[in-house]
Amino acid sequence: MKLLFASMLLCLCIPAVWAAEANIPKPDIGRGGQCVEDPQWMRKNHMHLLKHQRDEALRKGIRDEKISLKNCIECHASTKDDSVIARDDSFCVACHRYEAVNIDCFECHSGIRKSAWLQRNAK
Amino acid sequence: MTKECKINGIDIQRRSFLKTSFGAAAVAIAPGMLLFDAAHGQPLPASGKVRWGMLIDTTQCKTGCTDCVTACNKENGLSGGTSPTDSQWIRKVELKDASSGRELSLPMMCQHCEHPPCVDVCPTTASFKRADGIVLVDKHRCIGCRYCMMACPYKARSFVHEPLHDQNPDVPRGKGTVEACTLCVHRIDKGQQPACAEACPNKAILFGDLNDSSSEIARKVLGVASVQVRADLRLNPGIRYQGL
Repeated sequence: MKLLFASMLLCLCIPAVWAAEANIPKPDIGRGGQCVEDPQWMRKNHMHLLKHQRDEALRKGIRDEKISLKNCIECHASTKDDSVIARDDSFCVACHRYEAVNIDCFECHSGIRKSAWLQRNAK
Repeated sequence: MTKECKINGIDIQRRSFLKTSFGAAAVAIAPGMLLFDAAHGQPLPASGKVRWGMLIDTTQCKTGCTDCVTACNKENGLSGGTSPTDSQWIRKVELKDASSGRELSLPMMCQHCEHPPCVDVCPTTASFKRADGIVLVDKHRCIGCRYCMMACPYKARSFVHEPLHDQNPDVPRGKGTVEACTLCVHRIDKGQQPACAEACPNKAILFGDLNDSSSEIARKVLGVASVQVRADLRLNPGIRYQGL
């Protein structure tokens, strides 16, 4: 009886874990690396940094090179298409689609790595 | 006597040696210190001691030349169209005095007023003046009501009607917001000139700090006759015109 119960539990658990893993977004982190805080902290707080920085930069002229949207994109844009928004698994899109949080940063801001943009527009 | 002279000679030699060595040390250390400050110090906010402005010499501005407009469009990613729904941050204005027949040409853009009416009327404080006198739109707050466009006596602002793609990473622009000449704030913060000033083939646009008495623009404003457009409104624009 015990064995049956255990095997049933196992049967129930495996697909659940499997399904959960299959659903977790796997963003293309581009070049990646850590320059501001550790990934877990950033997952939770990146929006506060970006919002604080945008007001400081625009309204006061304090341009922090490190904590800026442009700098995030520089490392996290895909190495394939130089963008954080181009595909379903792009760095910003993957999680935001999963969490159903709409971002409108990129209605105005470029989602493309600046160096790539410059290269493309120099031609 | 000779001994005293000798000592004096040594003293002078020593003094000059110390002077040059201290001088050399200062020269060697100073740029390093500056670089260190730039690399590790906090980024500095726009200074309230600075007042960015332009002096436009209309006698040097050629009729038919639109190099400043082209440079602005390229720098800021504007389409260059002139229909009522296209953004124009800078435009060339051709004037003719009816009685004398004198013709002149000048670029017209946001005049970066000290008392900007666009800032007065903005219901969300999206329109604002930075500490260094640059008048900007905070598009995070702009609701696209276009009061500022009505209030501006220079017709300097435009509204973005269509969705935009592939913006310059330095110049975010988007549908539903008002925009205008930023004096190329992204370039100024890097220590560069605005694109129009750099592009003018006749150097008709002189850009600089009006508050810095040693700057070229401040000296020229002091020396030659220049006017502000619609000075009667007492908005004290940062853009001045010479030969108007």
